[in-house]
Amino acid sequence: MANPKAPTAQGHTGHESEHGHGAGHNYLNHEKGLWSWLSTLDHKRIGIMYFATVMTFFLIGGLAALTIRTELFSANRMVDGKVVGAVVTASQYTRLMTYHGAIMVFLVIIPGIPAFLGNFFLPLQIGAKDVAFPRLNLASWYCLLVGAGLAVTSMFFGGADTGWTFYTPYSISLSKAVVLLVSGAFVGGFSSILTGLNFVATVHKLRAPGMTMNRIPLFVWALYSTAILQVLATPVLAITLLLIAMENVFQIGFFDPALGGDPVLFQHFFWFYSHPAVYIMILPAFGVISELIAAFSRKTIFGYTAIAYSSIAIAAVSFFVWGHHMFTSGQSEIAGVVFSAITMLVGVPTAIKVFNWVATLYKASINLASPMLYAMGFMFLFTIGGVTGVFLATTALDIHFHDTYFVVAHFHYVMVGGTLMAIMGGIYYWFPKMFGKMVNEVMAQASFFFIFVGFNVTFFPQFVLGAKGMPRRYYDYLPVFEPLNRMSTVGSYMIGTGFLIALIAVIHALMSKQKNPGPNPWGAKTLEWTTSSPPPHDNFETTPIVTAGPYEYR
Amino acid sequence: MGWLIPLARFLTSTAHAASSTFMPPAATEIASDVDSIYAFLLWSSLLFFILLIGGMIAFVIKYKRRTGTDKTPYITHNHTLEFLWSFIPFCIFIFCFAWGWIVFHKMRAMPENALEIHVVGKKWDWRFIYKNGREITAGVDDDGNKTPATMVVPLGRPVKLIMASEKVNPASNTDAKDRPVLHSFYIPAFRVKQDLVPGRYTTLWFQATEAGIYNVFCAEYCGEGHYSMRAAIKVVPAAEYEEWLSGEAAGAAGGLSLAEQGKQLYANRACIGCHSLNGSAGAGPTWKGIFGHDVPTDKGIVKGDENYIRESILNPNAKIVTGFQGGVMPSYAGQLKDDEINALIEFIKTVK
Repeated sequence: MANPKAPTAQGHTGHESEHGHGAGHNYLNHEKGLWSWLSTLDHKRIGIMYFATVMTFFLIGGLAALTIRTELFSANRMVDGKVVGAVVTASQYTRLMTYHGAIMVFLVIIPGIPAFLGNFFLPLQIGAKDVAFPRLNLASWYCLLVGAGLAVTSMFFGGADTGWTFYTPYSISLSKAVVLLVSGAFVGGFSSILTGLNFVATVHKLRAPGMTMNRIPLFVWALYSTAILQVLATPVLAITLLLIAMENVFQIGFFDPALGGDPVLFQHFFWFYSHPAVYIMILPAFGVISELIAAFSRKTIFGYTAIAYSSIAIAAVSFFVWGHHMFTSGQSEIAGVVFSAITMLVGVPTAIKVFNWVATLYKASINLASPMLYAMGFMFLFTIGGVTGVFLATTALDIHFHDTYFVVAHFHYVMVGGTLMAIMGGIYYWFPKMFGKMVNEVMAQASFFFIFVGFNVTFFPQFVLGAKGMPRRYYDYLPVFEPLNRMSTVGSYMIGTGFLIALIAVIHALMSKQKNPGPNPWGAKTLEWTTSSPPPHDNFETTPIVTAGPYEYR
Repeated sequence: MGWLIPLARFLTSTAHAASSTFMPPAATEIASDVDSIYAFLLWSSLLFFILLIGGMIAFVIKYKRRTGTDKTPYITHNHTLEFLWSFIPFCIFIFCFAWGWIVFHKMRAMPENALEIHVVGKKWDWRFIYKNGREITAGVDDDGNKTPATMVVPLGRPVKLIMASEKVNPASNTDAKDRPVLHSFYIPAFRVKQDLVPGRYTTLWFQATEAGIYNVFCAEYCGEGHYSMRAAIKVVPAAEYEEWLSGEAAGAAGGLSLAEQGKQLYANRACIGCHSLNGSAGAGPTWKGIFGHDVPTDKGIVKGDENYIRESILNPNAKIVTGFQGGVMPSYAGQLKDDEINALIEFIKTVK
């Protein structure tokens, strides 16, 4: 019998699973022991393993960031022949900067939403028992692990100091560390390709009866668009990184003019992947935000079709904008102009999304719980990140801002203010579903406060620093830039505090003995909320039959 | 409509006041153009931000959840609104694009008859070489601190920089760590920046409108000394510049100008055997009138610029001038230093 108190979702007509195996049986206790995890084919367990992996590397990348900010707290001064104000050497600094970037991009932000939240919730949201290729799904996690292992190993071979972009010819220097790190990114890239492949197949083949493409939740639409990018763009990065490794090991001249290569060619190859990669990082976040806005305003999303198709549009256009990273590289003026124009076009579908989210709030019933705070934080920060993107797409302005802190601030507003806020919101939102426990709301809100305020204190001054002309990747700077850098460093400690509170909140919730919040604590409408928390091994007791769209709040 | 003009004036001056808060002083006309775009974007961004985030906050306050069973209206879409919030941003974006292009074109269109100065970047210093042979390098002050190389340029005259990246140790041919890497010449006060790409020349121009001393930074990551790769540009009145240029002894080359050094190389390094200066063909094409003109080759018409000449010296068979045989000239890669190639180019420029 269906629980009469539980809100119906998407016209689901199956039985509530609470009455199935009994409340105690779920994917977490379906099998026991470490090996049952390491050999699992359950998308939910794989999602949780990604969660643990991603958070571990987030901690490492974050500590690198805090060390960088600590170094930049003061301009270094010579006092009696000794350097004062330095906590690390320039050589250590360049490595910290490289690993902060490489880890955060390849091991945190890219797998963050798709491989963790996506793995767990994509099959649940479309009413499937698992992804299309469960074994491939497990293989993708091992790829990431091997890639991460190679990256960590490279630290013991002197460490790479090229920046995460590996620009040639600087990266062609016979360095073992560079070869190991690019190999790590190469292998890790396969994790991304396999996940994308799996999601495309899953969305096409495993939707529950009645789950037509215009009924799939917007999170699934976002993951689907992302998956296409992952499958099409990542191989280009893989080949480029392979070329770097070969050039380093065998001295074949692809990119180094001293060997007969072309360094700007590398930039074309690299950004052909890495610009779409920016959307691999942000599109899933858009999906999470759509879910949060609908659930916490208890209102159908405004412009479902526009939001869904704008993800596809962004994915498509993003393949043709890579040259906007290269306005000062020596590429021709006309190339710069064409890339600038196409880049402007990406702004339109992005603007559509933000307007739609705000419109959804009109006449809504808004619950300001912690996931919704993160969604609002996302909109605030992402809007700043978005409009500053227009500054950078404007050729003449970009010439001034390129490679300054303005760019650093811009992409942190998008990647951290956007993606990371969405991950945090998503974790708090889906935590009861994943673990059958609620996160303490006071701690969750406190973490939001510190992260949101700290974020602005850290990165807003960096816009000003960039406009004033401070280049990025600087170990030391002119004294005139000191006050704003100090502010930025103080902000970074606030962000650190916020994430520490979040970590404590999550551990506290996992350790706590509390009453199961039931299948649907937030009153949301998508399918994952119809099964028990945590879900059983096969997700649903009976295959759901879908008769309506995902946000039927009426 | 008479109120429109003072309003526009007020807005423009406020906008510029706002932009000058964040931007460094503007010392060229292009810098002011860039600041105008910046001011426009700053204000339109602020407007959209207030519209979106203000709207969001207003809705959150007004439509806060009252009871657990609130009913909400079922609004799926609105074509008019959706059209407006797609079309209006689109128009603004295209406007920014076009405006950006116009100014970008000014930045990239190299003026004729500019004062040319060679810029050489290496890990982690800048070097400036004037046509009269004068060379400016970084120095060390009494306390042992590095003093950045200072380029002196005349006020109000277009200056074109011909930039190349060189090895740390010009004598080394084997050590991979010594190879030239990317740098970027960045003058915040002029709002211009251009990468230096190993193996080719890149160019940058500016025309300073304010006297003063301006910072130059390397903006393309080039290793652990990247942050210390600074220089300065000192803008002085034209008369003072001329005095400075001729006042002190020119650099290491014994007072010879770059073209004079090139002429010596032309004779000493056997160029003279095949390349005439008077228009007559030898085993190779004459140097007369190559520079700045179209050269017909087996790879099509090529512009006779610095990059073409450099390539022809280092890789003579890359493009063969129509009517000549390939494989005749040996490569001078490793035979001529970068500075010597610069000198030859400057000499060829004088053979009109």
